[in-house]
Amino acid sequence: MTAKKHLPRLVGITSVLEHPITQNFLIPLFAVVLSFAVGAIFIVMVGKNPFEVYSILFSQTLGSTYGIGQLLFKTTPLIFAGLSVALCFRAGLFNIGAEGQLQIGAFLTALVGMKTFGVPFYLEIPLLMLAGMVGGGLWGFIPGYLKAKTGAHEVINTIMLNFIATALVSYFVTNLYNVPATVHTPPISPAGRLPRFDAFVSGFQGSPVNFSIFVALIAALFVWYYVDRTRYGYELRVVGLNSKAAEYGGISVSKNIILSMTIGGAIAGLVGTNFVMGYKYYFEEGFSTGTGFMGIAVALLGNNNPFGVILAALLFGMLEYGGLVINTMVPKELVSILQAIVIIFVISSNKIFRKILTNFLKKRTLSIND
Amino acid sequence: MPYAIELLNITKRFARTVANDDVTLKVLAGSIHALVGENGAGKTTLMETLYGLYQPDAGAIRIHEKEVTIKSPHDSIKLGIGMVHQHFMLVPPLTVLENIVLGAETTKNFFIDLKKTTAEISELAEKFSLNVPLTEKVENVGVGIQQRVEILKAIYRKADILVLDEPTAVLTPQETVQLFKILAELKEQGKTIVLITHKLNEVMAISDHVSVMRKGKIVGHLETPKTNPQEIAQLMVGRPVLLRVEKSEHKAGAPVLGVKELTYVDRRGVEALKSVSLDVASGEILGIAGVEGNGQSQLVECITGLIRPTSGSITINGVEIVGLNAREVFARGLAHVPEDRIKRGLVIDLSIKENLILSLQALPQFSSRLSMKRAEITSNAELLIQKYDVRPPDPNAITRGLSGGNQQKVIIARELSRNAEVIIASQPTRGVDIGGIEFIHRTLVTARDSGKAILLVSADLNEILSLSDRIAVMYSGRIVKIFPDNKVEESELGLYMTGSNQELIREAK
Ligand SMILES: Nc1ncnc2c1ncn2[C@@H]1O[C@H](COP(=O)(O)OP(=O)(O)OP(=O)(O)O)[C@@H](O)[C@H]1O
Ligand SMILES: [Mg+2]
Repeated sequence: MTAKKHLPRLVGITSVLEHPITQNFLIPLFAVVLSFAVGAIFIVMVGKNPFEVYSILFSQTLGSTYGIGQLLFKTTPLIFAGLSVALCFRAGLFNIGAEGQLQIGAFLTALVGMKTFGVPFYLEIPLLMLAGMVGGGLWGFIPGYLKAKTGAHEVINTIMLNFIATALVSYFVTNLYNVPATVHTPPISPAGRLPRFDAFVSGFQGSPVNFSIFVALIAALFVWYYVDRTRYGYELRVVGLNSKAAEYGGISVSKNIILSMTIGGAIAGLVGTNFVMGYKYYFEEGFSTGTGFMGIAVALLGNNNPFGVILAALLFGMLEYGGLVINTMVPKELVSILQAIVIIFVISSNKIFRKILTNFLKKRTLSIND
Repeated sequence: MPYAIELLNITKRFARTVANDDVTLKVLAGSIHALVGENGAGKTTLMETLYGLYQPDAGAIRIHEKEVTIKSPHDSIKLGIGMVHQHFMLVPPLTVLENIVLGAETTKNFFIDLKKTTAEISELAEKFSLNVPLTEKVENVGVGIQQRVEILKAIYRKADILVLDEPTAVLTPQETVQLFKILAELKEQGKTIVLITHKLNEVMAISDHVSVMRKGKIVGHLETPKTNPQEIAQLMVGRPVLLRVEKSEHKAGAPVLGVKELTYVDRRGVEALKSVSLDVASGEILGIAGVEGNGQSQLVECITGLIRPTSGSITINGVEIVGLNAREVFARGLAHVPEDRIKRGLVIDLSIKENLILSLQALPQFSSRLSMKRAEITSNAELLIQKYDVRPPDPNAITRGLSGGNQQKVIIARELSRNAEVIIASQPTRGVDIGGIEFIHRTLVTARDSGKAILLVSADLNEILSLSDRIAVMYSGRIVKIFPDNKVEESELGLYMTGSNQELIREAK
């Protein structure tokens, strides 16, 4: 009978658990905190003080303008890749192909850039972005088309297309479009360069962080608006959640599969804005160390929500750059371990979080009742 | 007599609702206990708590006079509790046999002992006359058969307490009679049965006791022989309910929907529709009676543009619609209440308001080129929720959390809001409570009176008989008989439906 008195509060907590803020933000945050705690155990195991390591990790990334610049520079490609995966997820598709899409996209950006000297910057910049989107979009379209028309699973096909993309780009860069004795292309037209932050704030000196971060933020805004606010996004979600109902409602499942893979690919293809247009001004083989795959983790941690993706990309960006910083103190494998722990905890956190909260509540209610 | 089940002061809350509020329910061993109540009253939740799918927030459970904690269905199965769910829990790509043994396999050297299992199950099926094609994949059999598979599954697990959540919703009257024979037999053998149903005649026919739930609470325990349907209905709804459809003479106008010599051969080469012809005029309800799986689903899917007929023609106001997709058919003035709400009619992970615009999303009313009109979508939902009494009355509530009947109301609301000339209603009141049925029937009759052409497909003969102006009977892919009015005996319909009157059928051809 006493339980009844506490009813309103319990109802409150249940709805807190199911609230979007909890789902999108608190639970991932909980996962991150938990994984740092577990990461600390590993740090102790290699004989270091976790507080010291973490404090360096944070101070070196967030404690200086330069550090922030580096962090943002690492974050930018992760946002593109994360958005690409997240958008496809919403349509019920598992895009493992962001890596291949961004390779093709970035290469095409460089290729068009080196062939278009003399074009004014206000045309050149959009042109190069478009080239990246076309390249990535094509690489998304192919598995999308195959899935829609033949039912071939996108996971297999995107993995295969990753191999093809890497090999294709490597062939072009080493045989056709390279600067002799290097594995990179000749430079793009200077008109296609995106401004770096250090041109405006001297504190960023030495860091290649550039305006492509804004392109990434706009892309996130676009994905949010497209998925949540337009009817095309509504149709995409219906297809992702229940393709039979989509059919019933006259929504073309195959069209939406192709469309979302293409858009997802195009977003991944924008990675070239950061590296080619903002940093090196050429395409270099091996410039992406698995960014496309990290995109999967980013989308997962960000709960496939574009703003969640930005936050998740920041975290993984920090781990990536921070990994370089603490390299001298702990083995660099530790950072990989930490990243993996974050992913594992994110996947399992919803349940863990629920359990802890419910147990806590039960105990509280019991002790009050006694 | 001892109690088999005692649910004591059970409270179960979800985010927005208290589904069970201090509910106490005691079921005598060896009895058949009916549990009734409006959609969303909390019947399913209570029984799923007993089955271990939910943990109660408060309260205790006793089974055979012993206090127990049921953490999962694993525990409840061990306690001898079997449950046949409202929404089937079968694995579609597996065969019927595999679904029955799943999780309870008899193994021989690590392999399922197929021979022995098949024999066992065939014997059980025989004993309870639960005819199922053991080697067919579940995705290829109709809902009626899936239901039988579920019952067989529970019996195979040696359940001694059997909970059936609206088992008759998908059965024909004949099948229901059969099921009740089975239940009576089970009771005879000392098993305890809890039966959730919306059909009061069933309560009267088979139960010993009946408990009525309303808005999460128990509002009455009655002994069946000492009560009547009117009393139960009043307890359920909280007001007197009309148990019959009130309907004026029909004034049929010109034919609107025309189906001519429609044939459909499915992917496996089965001729599901064999030269089906029928007309539905404006201002009439044509009811299609038939045992599920005799081509009704294919007929509806052909008309609504979901599958393409092999040959034949379908017209709306004389305009051919074969070859159009679902969206284009909707645009020609058709509304469609699909038979399977979870699979087809709803996206259960979206909110009520988003489901209320499914297939209408492209209308200028709800979206412009660049964005959805969110205010309009919300006010549309508020209006329909109020008009159709959907609970909870929250446009943003996720449809998954709605009770079965309320999910159905969402679909009805959407389809009738189209204001289409032709309405195809497939099992429109399956799993809907009496208050809701009354409402849906009244809505359909009003639509008819305003000149709509309505094609009603239902496995519920009562529904067919009380709503239809003309009745067509489908058997084995054919229309075997069209009655010009609804003055038919149930038994006569039954003969046509089961194809047992071959002579009559041959005569009809
Ligand atoms: N998983 C869930 N999450 C949130 N709310 C739920 C959930 N399941 C049920 N509810 C809510 O609990 C209440 C009781 O639902 P329940 O399914 O038990 O009703 P019911 O009596 O079985 O109705 P019906 O006759 O329509 O099947 C409803 O208001 C429903 O919206
Ligand atoms: Mg129910």
